[in-house]
Amino acid sequence: MIDKNTKYLKLSGLEPLIITPESNFVNVGERTNVAGSKKFLRLIKERKFEEALDVARHQVEGGAQIIDINMDDGLIDGKEAMVNFLNLIGSEPDIARVPIMIDSSKWEIIEAGLQVVQGKCVVNSISLKEGEDEFIRQATLIKRYGAAVIVMAFDEVGQADNYERRIEIAKRSYEVLVNQVNFPPEDIIFDLNIFPVATGMDEHRKNAIDFIEGTRWVRQNLPHCSVSGGVSNVSFSFRGNNPVREAMHSVFLYHAIQAGMNIGIVNPALLEVYDDIPKDLLEHVEDVILDRRDDATERLLDFAETVVGKAKESKVDLSWRKEPLQNRITRALVKGIDQFIVEDIEEARQQASRPLEVIEGNLMTGMNVVGDLFGSGKMFLPQVVKSARVMKKAVAYLTPYIEDSKDATTSAAGKILMATVKGDVHDIGKNIVSVVLACNNYEIVDLGVMVPPEIIIQKAKEEQVDVIGLSGLITPSLDEMVFLAKEMERQQFTVPLLIGGATTSKAHTAVKIDPVYSQSVVHVNDASRAVTVVGDLLQKDTSEGYKKSIKLDYESFRDRFLNRTKQKEYLTLEGARQNKLQINWKASDITKPKALGIQVWEDFDLKKLKDFIDWSPFFRSWDLHGKYPNILQDDVVGEQAQELFQDAQKMLDQILDEKLLKAKAIFGLFPANQVNEDDIALAIQNGEGKSTQYVFRTLRQQLKKREGVPNIALADFIAPKTTGIQDYMGCFCVTTGFGTQELAQEYEKNLDDYGSIMVKALADRLAEAFAEYLHKEVRTKHWGYAKAETLSNDDLIDEKYQGIRPAPGYPACPDHLEKLTIWELLKVEEKIGVQLTDSLAMWPAASVSGYYFGHPETKYFGLGKIKLDQVADFAERKGIPMEEAEKWLAPNIIEN
Amino acid sequence: MEAIEDILQKRILVLDGAMGTMLQRYKFTEEDFRGERFKNWEHPLVGNNDLLSLTQPKAIAEVHAKYFDAGADIVETNTFSGTTIGMADYHMEELVYELNYESARIAKKVADEFTAKEPHKPRFVAGSIGPTNKTASMSPDVNDPGFRAISFDELRIAYKQQVEALLDGGADILLVETIFDTLNAKAALFAIEEVKEERNIHVPIMVSGTITDASGRTLSGQTAEAFLISISHLPILSVGFNCALGANQLVPHLEVVSAKSEFAISAHPNAGLPNAFGEYDETPEQMAEQIKEYLEKSLVNIVGGCCGTTPDHIRAIADLVKEYEPRMSQVMI
Repeated sequence: MIDKNTKYLKLSGLEPLIITPESNFVNVGERTNVAGSKKFLRLIKERKFEEALDVARHQVEGGAQIIDINMDDGLIDGKEAMVNFLNLIGSEPDIARVPIMIDSSKWEIIEAGLQVVQGKCVVNSISLKEGEDEFIRQATLIKRYGAAVIVMAFDEVGQADNYERRIEIAKRSYEVLVNQVNFPPEDIIFDLNIFPVATGMDEHRKNAIDFIEGTRWVRQNLPHCSVSGGVSNVSFSFRGNNPVREAMHSVFLYHAIQAGMNIGIVNPALLEVYDDIPKDLLEHVEDVILDRRDDATERLLDFAETVVGKAKESKVDLSWRKEPLQNRITRALVKGIDQFIVEDIEEARQQASRPLEVIEGNLMTGMNVVGDLFGSGKMFLPQVVKSARVMKKAVAYLTPYIEDSKDATTSAAGKILMATVKGDVHDIGKNIVSVVLACNNYEIVDLGVMVPPEIIIQKAKEEQVDVIGLSGLITPSLDEMVFLAKEMERQQFTVPLLIGGATTSKAHTAVKIDPVYSQSVVHVNDASRAVTVVGDLLQKDTSEGYKKSIKLDYESFRDRFLNRTKQKEYLTLEGARQNKLQINWKASDITKPKALGIQVWEDFDLKKLKDFIDWSPFFRSWDLHGKYPNILQDDVVGEQAQELFQDAQKMLDQILDEKLLKAKAIFGLFPANQVNEDDIALAIQNGEGKSTQYVFRTLRQQLKKREGVPNIALADFIAPKTTGIQDYMGCFCVTTGFGTQELAQEYEKNLDDYGSIMVKALADRLAEAFAEYLHKEVRTKHWGYAKAETLSNDDLIDEKYQGIRPAPGYPACPDHLEKLTIWELLKVEEKIGVQLTDSLAMWPAASVSGYYFGHPETKYFGLGKIKLDQVADFAERKGIPMEEAEKWLAPNIIEN
Repeated sequence: MEAIEDILQKRILVLDGAMGTMLQRYKFTEEDFRGERFKNWEHPLVGNNDLLSLTQPKAIAEVHAKYFDAGADIVETNTFSGTTIGMADYHMEELVYELNYESARIAKKVADEFTAKEPHKPRFVAGSIGPTNKTASMSPDVNDPGFRAISFDELRIAYKQQVEALLDGGADILLVETIFDTLNAKAALFAIEEVKEERNIHVPIMVSGTITDASGRTLSGQTAEAFLISISHLPILSVGFNCALGANQLVPHLEVVSAKSEFAISAHPNAGLPNAFGEYDETPEQMAEQIKEYLEKSLVNIVGGCCGTTPDHIRAIADLVKEYEPRMSQVMI
């Protein structure tokens, strides 16, 4: 229940934003402001609203919690532009999820904006400038429209430019709003005017400190309200000198936030980490911001001369090496610098009475800083992984000393077993989670990939772990997880079970795993959440409550999910077949491949693949979200993405130059026809005029469709035998994985998880690029139905080509069993060495296999859920027991 | 008569069930819809349920009486589509004031009769304000996402007219319901505030949103909590959900608003989900069994029914709620 004495500023887009005293500083996105962004102004002037929306989207993806929209420009019809743009935002759920700040100096634009936004927005701004009557009128309407309001410190006399005027106007505005308009005090946000300092004019000297002190007064004396402001103003006189501006912004914010400023418009690209400001610069800047000396401005101006042009990254600044030991160790961890860590740790060891103290003291102090920065969104995943690399090196250096001192009992926060389940080989995500947890002082027992359940159980007992984390990427892994959960229940385990990996989902966890294990089961979809979840699970005082709430949450999620699936209607297999995709088969639409039969490419030159790489998933695997190449310019993650990208390019070049990975491919094109509704029969010539027949079994959508929409199976894309038309299809397997494991192990030996994860992520990207490359070659040359195709890499990523290359285990054909047929048909293992595990995952992991379909009407689709009648039919067609078919198709079979 | 705010602290109030479902039973023909007065109207009128308040007032009064008799404390006026926007389909924009006025008057008369008989259980009339058939924050044209078929001001003016007529006809409460686009509701609330200010009166307002499917969002995309925040700027009597879902499916959304709202909480779900023929076949017992969960979790202050519910459903609910204490919010204590 809510405490009636607490009044929080609550805003909403499609989702809520509630600002409490515990909330971090709320950053307002400011790029959608024609007064602040030349680019945005140009887009609006040229009426390029689509691109203007991208600017807004970018802000939200970059972490803006509110977006400020301003259309005040002499050459724009501000009202029309505001309404139009807000309407367009309303159609973009990924933008509209955050609240809007309607920013204008014209009331008619504000009101027009208020009339088109469904959520609770913020008006920016009103003031007493035109007198009390107008102020009351506008505030009354704003309340009636259901918005919060920014009140400028401005009255009939003018703008507040000193401490006394700021509090005078704030107090008067507050009293009018609360007492006369009955405006909720929690919906009032004061903008107390941030003005430039160090302008050379004496009357501007106190501009910053007066704002800060004014803020303190307002937060202490005017209950429930907030304070906001546009920060970049403060450094106006240092335009052109970004290092100084960045320092000024940080110093200003540092003090203003402490005084109670809780919302603001800040350009994150123009912000230095307060602790990273060089001491001398910091001193000069603080002198100016806090008005500590008469000559502060001149001194900063002189000093600024020396800072101009020193681009941050251009020279390696080693001044931090002169700082105290703990600072150096912390900095090495935060910045991921391993160059000096051994000498620093040796120094720490000599000072400590026991070597273990260095870990528990110096290193944990540093890692706590890393944890805090990561938790508050100030550090990003690749940086944390680099921190872990430094940590590992330090610990490795200390280990022999610790063993000598017989002081080997460490005091980790908890012990966590991590494993990729039996039959699955994918471990990038698991390794990232392990590293991040290790950074937070958890001891990780990593059992690697393809770990059989009995080993997990046995190790969990031996090591007395506190949590078990399971990972998997392919669908059969889901069943392995269920099996393991049952086994844990049978053996009366009590430790929480974490579930993660690309195919896992909250739905699967709630419906299939949670019910079979009476202890806690939590689906963890990203590394940063893993830390809070494990923390909550192991926190002694509160874990019971947390576990109970998790159990309830999954239970209600399960109920909702099951209710939802029941609502959908499914056809019988017979009914679905009657509604199959009807292609009007014409021999002229079908191209006979120029080269029928199987081809093998050994030792393909990887360099050809460089331009075919789709980088966006690469960034995603590091929890950096955004589309390549825009992500490199992103306000929030851009810098990190660039750094990661540079590291990736460096390693990629090394891999290509030194031929560290081997690429191989096998593919075949064959005569084929659809038979028995859902099967495809291929005839393979095996010399002397004899041929062997292979059959691919495809699965058909059974969800009841709208009138005129077919229930598709892949077999529909191939001409039925009965048409008398000879059709064709292909299948393939490519790999770039040979060598990955050796390289990764090499990195791991050097305690470099960053490198190890990087090489695996790159191999995955190369395999996808290889599949894309080969498909193109097949379309344009070997099959040759698209000889004239000219598509860019982006077009390829967007799948604009004719024909498809669906892969078993993916949405169009989630059945992994057909991989066995591909392997048999192409002799994949004999020819290129790629193997299938028990769960039919490919080994090495960086491999892709699939089919080729070429007809102009082919398209990608998702099978969705199927009914038991199709499972039975499939089992019969394949000649396997029903139970086996059910096991492999389990994720796609509808409940009940 | 005791103020509804006071009664709400003592017991759970029961809202009526579906009007449309009950009117279907009369099997009214085109002629019945027209009555004598509109026999020469140039456009077809069958299906214009709101019009029946003028042409078949006895049937409307009968339905209200059945719900009161079943134990409802509040009935909704027969005005779900009673705005110039909704009536445009029948070219009856001119009749909007009269429709709302008469509908409120009929309901109020029945309510007064029941209150006179059972003074300990006063009966109330809620003026039903539907969502209209247009959305202010979504485009009906997928190729033109910036387009809007209706503006805030058009909605505000239409709602204001409906509100004035409902109040003149005797409505005790205003119920802004079946909200699938929060912006439409905000226009209605804006209009109500204008009327309240102009007449210097207090009117209890109930606000009821519609979560359209298992995504847990309104049609316009808001989560339950975002919806709550978006309509909490005015001193309303209650907030809650109705329509689209059965009683079971509403639970998680009611839990959200119940935990986060200072207002009373209302729910009037459908009688389950429609079957393949669009009919609701959940029985009164089945529905009451699900409503029990609301009561045991202490989630609601006002409960009733929407599509597919009948006086039997309401009777089952009314019998059930007698056994339970109303939900207490901090503000009401």
